[in-house]
Amino acid sequence: MFVDFLFSLRRHGVPVATQQWLALHKALSKGLIDDADGLYGLGRAILVPSESRFDSYDLAFLETFRDAQVADIKDAIKEWLENPIAPKDISPEAFERLTGMSLEELQRRFQEILEEQTERHDGGSKWIGTGGTSPWGHSGRHPTGIRVGGEGGNRSAVQVAGERRFRDFRSDATLDVRQFKLALRALRALAREGREELDLDETIDETCREGGDIELVFQKERRNTVRLLLLMDAGGSMTPYARLVDRLFTAASELSHWRSFDHYCFHNVVYSRVYKSIERLQSTPTADLFRDHPKDTKVVFVGDACMAPWELMAAGGALSFRQHNPSSGMDWLMRFREHFSDVVWLNPERERYWGHETISTIGRVIPMFPLTLDGLRDAVGHLRQGQALAGSKRG
Amino acid sequence: MNDSAQFEGSSSYIASPDLLRAVNAAISLERPLLIKGEPGTGKTLLAGAVAESLDMELLCWQVKSTTKAQDGLYHYDVVQRLNDSRFGDGDVKDIRRYIKHGVLGQAFSSEKRVVVLIDEIDKADLEFPNDLLHELDQMSFHIHELDETVSAKVRPVVIISSNAEKELPDAFLRRCVFHYISFPPRDMMERIVAVHYPDIDEQLLEAAIVRFYELRAVSGLRKKPSTSEFIDWLFVLIRGGVRPQDVAMRIPLLGTLIKQESDLDLVRQRLA
Repeated sequence: MFVDFLFSLRRHGVPVATQQWLALHKALSKGLIDDADGLYGLGRAILVPSESRFDSYDLAFLETFRDAQVADIKDAIKEWLENPIAPKDISPEAFERLTGMSLEELQRRFQEILEEQTERHDGGSKWIGTGGTSPWGHSGRHPTGIRVGGEGGNRSAVQVAGERRFRDFRSDATLDVRQFKLALRALRALAREGREELDLDETIDETCREGGDIELVFQKERRNTVRLLLLMDAGGSMTPYARLVDRLFTAASELSHWRSFDHYCFHNVVYSRVYKSIERLQSTPTADLFRDHPKDTKVVFVGDACMAPWELMAAGGALSFRQHNPSSGMDWLMRFREHFSDVVWLNPERERYWGHETISTIGRVIPMFPLTLDGLRDAVGHLRQGQALAGSKRG
Repeated sequence: MNDSAQFEGSSSYIASPDLLRAVNAAISLERPLLIKGEPGTGKTLLAGAVAESLDMELLCWQVKSTTKAQDGLYHYDVVQRLNDSRFGDGDVKDIRRYIKHGVLGQAFSSEKRVVVLIDEIDKADLEFPNDLLHELDQMSFHIHELDETVSAKVRPVVIISSNAEKELPDAFLRRCVFHYISFPPRDMMERIVAVHYPDIDEQLLEAAIVRFYELRAVSGLRKKPSTSEFIDWLFVLIRGGVRPQDVAMRIPLLGTLIKQESDLDLVRQRLA
C-alpha cells in the first residue's frame, strides 16, 4: 500500500525523492504518525515542499487510500462542463428531451451515475470521458445541480483530501503577472561588462598583500546579457486569451533586467510584416528583425497556432488583403529558427488540442510550451539550455 | 535530551493541528521547517512561539536582498585588523579576535538547543539557499582563517519563512519539512482574536468577522486583507468606539484592511 502511494504520487507529478521517502519512514518509526490524519498531514509536510503540488498530493492520497475516486471523477466532469466547445453528436431530439428535465431530476441522475461510477473504479472515469455526449452535456446547463457532492459530516483524512482545497495553487494553472515575472527572471546570463566599480574584497586583499598601502581594484559590473524579442498573436482566435497574454507582456516589459526587450504583434503567424501596436497602425518589415536583433536574442512567440492549413503553408496565405506575402508563414518561421539560436513558442491553447494540424506542424519547427507557469518555466529552461550550449561552444 | 519536547502552540499563538504536526516532525527529524503562506498569517511569529513554548533561545536572521550565506556563518573583520595593525590596537596576531559569528555560527556554538529563524529567505539571491545546503545538513562549517570546523553541539531547531517571491531550489526543498499556512477559517479566527483581545465586545467581533470574510470573498482583489490586518482593524474599531451596527452597515476605517487604490475602488463598488 505504501509503495503504491509513492508511485501514485510520482504518477501525479509529485517528484518524491528517496531522501524524502526515507524521512517519512523515519517519522513513522519515531511514532510521529498515529492515525490517518497524521499520515495525511505529515506525509504532505515531508514529501511535498511546495503548495503548488498539494493538489496533486491530495489526488494521489485519494487514489491510494480510497478505492473509488469520487473527487477526481467529479473534477473530470466539471472540467468537461466548463469546456466551452459543444459536443458535436447531440441530436436535436435528445437536446429537447433533456432540457425538459427538472433540476432535481438531474441531481438525482447525477448521484445515481456517480455512485455507479465509484463502483467501477478506473473504467468509470473513462466512461464519463467518452460517454459525455448526452446527459452530461445538458447537466452543464445546470452546473449547480452537478456540483452536489454529497460529502460532509465527519471529516476523515480522505475527505479532507477530497476537498482539494489547494486546487487554486496548482502551477499548471495560469497565473498572474508577478508569477510570470518570477519565471522570466530565471532567464538571465550574467557577464561582466560596462561601467567599472570598486571591488571592495579584492581591494582589501591587495592592500593586505601590499602590507597596508591602499591598492584600489576595479572591476566591471555584472550585467544580464539576455535580449528578449516577444512576438504575440493578436488575432481573433486569441481574444479569449487576451488577458493572459497581456499579463505575460506586462511581466516581460516590467522586468528591467533585460539587456534589450522588443515586442511585435502578428496575426495567426508571422508574414512579411509585423506590427508594433495592437491597433496595427505601425508595421515593420519582418526581415528588419533579423537585421536589428543579434543571433543570440531569445525569441518567444505567443499564439494559439490555430489556423487554416493554407494560412500557414501557402504563399499569399495572409488573410489581410493589404498584406502581400510571397513567402508562406511557415517559411518565415523557418527563417526565424535559422537566424536565432533560441526560439520557443508559448501556446495558451490546452495541450490536449495540440493535435490540430497547424499546431503540430509549427510545434515540429519551434519547440512549443503551454502558456502556464510550468510551461513558461520549461520554456525558460529550454532557452537557457541553448545559452549553455552556446557558452560551451565559445569556451 | 530535548528530543521529546513537543510544541503545542502557546498562549499567544494559535496553531492548526497540521502546523503542530509539521513543527514537531521538524524538531524530531532534525530537519529545517520551511513555512510559507499569505503575508500576515504569522509565519515569523511562529518561531517566537516555538522558542517560547520549548523554552529555548531564539536567534533571528533577517534575510535581505544583499544577504550572503556567509553572513550567517562568520565574518572575518579584515578592515578592523588592518586598522589595528596600522594604529597598534590590541593583538593583531590573534585572528580569532577578528572572527565574528553570524546567527548560524552562534547557534552551532551554543551549549543549549536554540531556535534559529531564517526570515524571508526568498528575499536573498537565487543561489542563497543552495549555499546553505551543506551547513544546514551537517550543521557545521569551516573557518578557513583559523582552519577550524564549527560543529553544532546540539542541532538547533531551524525555522525558515518564505513569501514565495522566488522559487527555492529543489535540492533545498527536499531537505525541509514544509508547511503552508492557509488562511484561518472562521472558528480559528475567533480563537486568534480571543488571544489578542480577550474582552472584545461579542457583537462587534461577530459583525467584524462577517464583514471581513465578505471582503476577502470579493473577487479580483490584488491583495486580500490578512489576519494581521484584521487584528489591526479590530484594534482601531475598539479604540474608535465603533458600534457593531456601523460595521454591519458600512466598513469603517477600510484603509486599515485594503491598501491598494484599485482594490479600494473595487470594494467600494461591490460592498459599500
